[in-house]
Parts: sequence; structure tokens; C-alpha cells
Amino acid sequence: MKTIVHISSVSKNFGKVEALKNISFEVKEGELFGLIGPDGAGKTTLFRIINTLLLPDEGTATVLDHDVEKDYKTIRPLLGYMPGHFSLYQDLTVEENLQFFASVFGTTLEENYELVAPIYSQLEPFKNRLAGALSGGMKQKLALSCALIHKPELLLLDEPTTGVDAVSRKEFWDMLQSLKKEGITIVVSTPYMDEANLCDRVALIQEGEIMQIDEPQRIVNSFEKPLLGVKSPQTYKLLRALQQYKWTDSIHPFGEYMHYTDKRGKPNLVSLKTYLFDQGISDVQIKPVQPNIEDAFMALMHNGLEE
Amino acid sequence: MNTIRFLLEKEFLQIFRNKSMLPILFLMPVVQLLVLSFAATYELKEVDFVMVDQDRSEVSRQLAAEFQSTGYFTLHDVVSNMEEAKQMMDAGKVGMIMHLPPGLSSDFYSGQHASIQLSVDAVDGTQAGLIQSYSASIINDFNQQHRADLEMSLPNKPVHQAKTINLVPQNWYNPELDYITFMVPGILVVLVSMIGLFLSGMNIVREQEIGTIEQLNVTPITKTQFMIGKLLPFWVIGMFDLLIGLALARYGFDIPFLGSLATILVVAGIFLIVVQALGLFISTVTGTQQQAMFIAWFMMVIFILLGGLFTPIESMPGWAQDLTLANPVAYFIRIMRMVLLKGAGWEEIAWMVLVLSGFASLLLLLSINRYKKTAG
Repeated sequence: MKTIVHISSVSKNFGKVEALKNISFEVKEGELFGLIGPDGAGKTTLFRIINTLLLPDEGTATVLDHDVEKDYKTIRPLLGYMPGHFSLYQDLTVEENLQFFASVFGTTLEENYELVAPIYSQLEPFKNRLAGALSGGMKQKLALSCALIHKPELLLLDEPTTGVDAVSRKEFWDMLQSLKKEGITIVVSTPYMDEANLCDRVALIQEGEIMQIDEPQRIVNSFEKPLLGVKSPQTYKLLRALQQYKWTDSIHPFGEYMHYTDKRGKPNLVSLKTYLFDQGISDVQIKPVQPNIEDAFMALMHNGLEE
Repeated sequence: MNTIRFLLEKEFLQIFRNKSMLPILFLMPVVQLLVLSFAATYELKEVDFVMVDQDRSEVSRQLAAEFQSTGYFTLHDVVSNMEEAKQMMDAGKVGMIMHLPPGLSSDFYSGQHASIQLSVDAVDGTQAGLIQSYSASIINDFNQQHRADLEMSLPNKPVHQAKTINLVPQNWYNPELDYITFMVPGILVVLVSMIGLFLSGMNIVREQEIGTIEQLNVTPITKTQFMIGKLLPFWVIGMFDLLIGLALARYGFDIPFLGSLATILVVAGIFLIVVQALGLFISTVTGTQQQAMFIAWFMMVIFILLGGLFTPIESMPGWAQDLTLANPVAYFIRIMRMVLLKGAGWEEIAWMVLVLSGFASLLLLLSINRYKKTAG
């Protein structure tokens, strides 16, 4: 399979801040690749290096075998980029935005209509509305259409679903899946860990470093410790008690359950129950739970910080 | 080339959609010319004066008539004592008191020294100076006329007639000393400068502020195409506004057009590039429209004050005169006045056009160079 993006030992500093520290990874053709990490992890910097807006201080980056520094003119028409913040012309209409971005790439809306049709068709009833007057979800769809209009080989989406409602988020990911079927390689970043499951492979980034790159399921499988779900009506008291428990390895609230791992590996259910009873927490339910990707990430990030 | 066309289409679409800017762009030349030309005038307009007439003679009536016939003075009232007149001046009803003492007429006709007193409200120094010099020349005329009569009526007492040098001033290029003729060409320059300096630079900062520049930077648009796309629309608007202004000047204000219109337009084209490049430069050193606006205004005020629009450059102190050499606005105001009012041709203005062209290329190079660095 062809390598679309090749990042090799890339570092980037902004003054004293090390935004990226010696990062390497590859994105293969037709992949939906996720960059997952908290705010300030370096996701946007990485995007700006791949899309030729920033030069790496060290290391090399290539897109379709073109160097981002030397061949930026060759690369730009091959990319579709959607920045993290809405960056279309708010005083132009939906249609005018799309036509403008098509024309600067030397194409027309009509020529590539089929590619954007599934997304744009939802916007077409509002094509004469100013982009600034669109709702958040619709703005994202328009931005995606504009990034796609010149039929790029690689789509770079910087936090496309941040600040978008749950329904629009799901729709957006459905669109990405169908674009993937068209053979477009997609690199997408998100702070939402539940979206990681929807990627073919994900890279977990934290403080400018990649913690792990793998398929989501294998990342989940790498979580080996037995996991317990603990529940009580006194949620806050429960959380405080578990945080202070001497055998607690990690504790994260997930919905109504606290996900708990034990320092000894295999937890002792009896002593845990006794401890909670002594703390005056009643009505405690404990059951073993399957780890999800978020548990895996939390564990990875936790280990990363301790190192 | 096509890319530039699309960029221009986009810019014009945005400009014409901007409901608050558009009317300003095209009303500006009209409003500026009308307001500034009529309001910023140093001409003497009907001054009310009061006459304290303690002579009540032929001479006093003739003097009053003489003042009023010039059209600059209106006789507000005739009173018999100074107190009353002073009250009128304190109340702001009159700008001048003309005091004619008793015996004026008899002194005058007997060939003796006769004097009258003019008291002028000098809160506004310029106005007071004008009143004084206008009055002096009216009284001078009055003297000349009556001397002749006097000589004939008193054949036995020859009057001492001094042979005087008669100064007859002639005002070239603006014979009526019309203030509007002097102001309008300069105001047209200010108009063009504002459009050039503010709009194109501001437009680029706006793209930075909204973040659209990031999306543009990953497209195959080159820097040069982007610059042309930003400069050309406002260059066209600036030239268009100048044409409106020139038409108003020619047909509304009857400003003489002695030189060629083509010369003015060529120089204006170069001048617009100078100020636009400067606006561009400001946009590369600022991040928000507010910062850019403030710097642009700061420069604009200095350009105007050191531009010879209101105060002649020749009457500035030496260091300020040296500063005006670096002021593009000063050059263009001078060229405008020379070409429109004096009919100057290329030979007379060539060196100034050369300087402007130098400014244009220098600033353009500088700002495009800087722009590359900031936008990555």
C-alpha cells in the first residue's frame, strides 16, 4: 500500500515551548487516521507541518513522496485542509464560498459535484444564505465541502467536531466513512476519545509526543489490568473515598460507574467493600467491566506523565 | 491570471455586500469636498460693525457707505457713545466698532490731520487681522478719492500731497484669492490617501483576524496573486472616487483645470500604490484591525499636518520642512495644485513623480517581503 504521509523524527519549537518532540509515523493510502490528544498536545502544529504552513525545526515530512519544504507548491493542490476554527468567508454565501475555493484550485463546483454531493446536498436548500448565518453543524459541512471541492488525495481535518452537537458529530463521522470508501486518505484530530473507535488507526499524542499508534481495538486489548465498575448513589463521596484508598491504582468516573484498577493487579473485593462500608458509603455495587478505549488512553496518559 | 480574476471577483463581491462601507466609499468624496471646502475657509464673511458717530456729518455717512459697499461689512447700528458700542461687542453682536470723533469732518475738509478709531474683536486672530487689513484698504481708497475733491474745493490752500509709491498687488493663478480654489485640490489628495492607506491594509488584517488567511495559504494562490487581489480593488475605487472628486471640483466649484487630466490620473495611480503599500506594510506588523487602524490614523494625521494642506510648507520650521520631503501626501498636494491651478506639465513635476515612484517600489518591496515572513 502506498504511503501518503511520512513523518520522520519531526521536532518543532516555539521559543521555549517544545510543541513536537521527535515524532515519527506514517499514514497509508485510504486510511482514516486519528490524532487523539488533549488541548495543547501539538495536534494543530502537526497539521500545519503536513499542510506546508509551518516548517519543522528538525526531521522531514513528506506528503505523497513530496517534501513539505521543497515541494510545497506540488503538495498544496493535493490537500484538502479544514482548520480548527471556521475559516470561510462569512460574508459570502454558501454557494459563493464553494465556488471561490473551487476556482482557486482551478476547478468548478459542477466538475466535482458528485464528490461533495452527499454533504452539499444537505446544504443546497441554504445555498444563498451567508455562511456567517449558518448553524455550527452546517458550517462544518460547508467547510468540509470546501476542503473537498478540488478532489484532494489527502484530507486534513483539525478538530472538525469540536463544539458540534452529538447528532451532527455522528453525521460528520458517517460522511468521513463514506469519503474513505471513495479512496480518500483522511487524517483527523479530535479531543473526544469515543471518536477514536471510528478510525482505522489512531495516534495518541500528549505534550508533543506520540504515546502509542495502533488500531483502536488493539489499544483497548493492551489494557490488561482487571477493571471494576463501582457504583453508589453517593457518587461524589464514593469518588473521594476511592481516591484515598491505599490500593487504588486508577479511578475515573464513567457515567454512573467509577472505573477502578488495583495496585496489586487482582483486586480484593471483600476488603474494598469493607473499606467503602467503613467510609459510610451504602448501597455499593461492584462488577467487573470490559475496558473501553478511553480506559486505555487514560492509562497510557497516566503512565506517560509518570515517566 | 484566472486566479487573480477569481480573487478580484471575491473582493468586489465582499465590498459591494458591505452595507455600511459601500455608501461611505462613494459618498466620501462628495461629503469631504462639500464640508471641508466650505467650512474650512479663511475668507472674511459679512462682519457686523457698529458706528459710534459723534460727528454726524457727510464724511461719516460716506465712510459707512464705503464700508458696506464692499460687501464684507454690515452696519449693525449707529450709536452715540462708546459704552453702548462696547456692550454690543461684549454680547458678540458686532465684530468691530468704528469710532468717529466730533470734529472729524471739519478737520478732514480743512486739510488737517483727521483720525478715526477702529476697535476689532480679536478673539479669533486670523479674523481680526483680515478685518484690519480690509478696513485699512477701504480707508485708503476713501482718502485718495477725497483728496482730489479737496484740492479743487480749496484752491488757495494747496494741500501737501506726498508722492507715494503705489502698491498694486496682482494675485497670479488664483486672482480672486479664492480659498476654495486653493483647498479643493488638496482635499482630493486627502481623500485618495484615506482610501489607499486604510482600506487595503485593513482588508488583509481582517482576513488574519477571522482566520480565513489560513485557508487561503494552503491553496495554490501565490503571494503576488494575493497582493494584487487585495490592492487592485481599492486602487480602482480610489481612482473612481478621485474622478468623482475631480468632476465636482471642475463643475461644482469651478476650479480651473489648466493642466492635463491625464497627468493627474497617472500621478494619482502612482500615489495610490504608495499609500496602499504603506497600508500593506502596516497590516504586516499588526494583528488586529484596531491596531492597524490606530497606526494608520497616526500616520494620516502627520501626513496631513505636514502636507501643506492647511499651512504652507514654506512657513514651517526647517526640521519640519525636511520631514515633508518624506511625505508622499505633500508631493501629491503640490503636484495637484501645480497641475490644476498653474497648468504645470511633466517637466515641472517630473522629479516629484520620480520620488513618488521610488516610494512606491520601495514600500511595495518592503511589505511583500515582510508579508512572506509573517504568513509562513
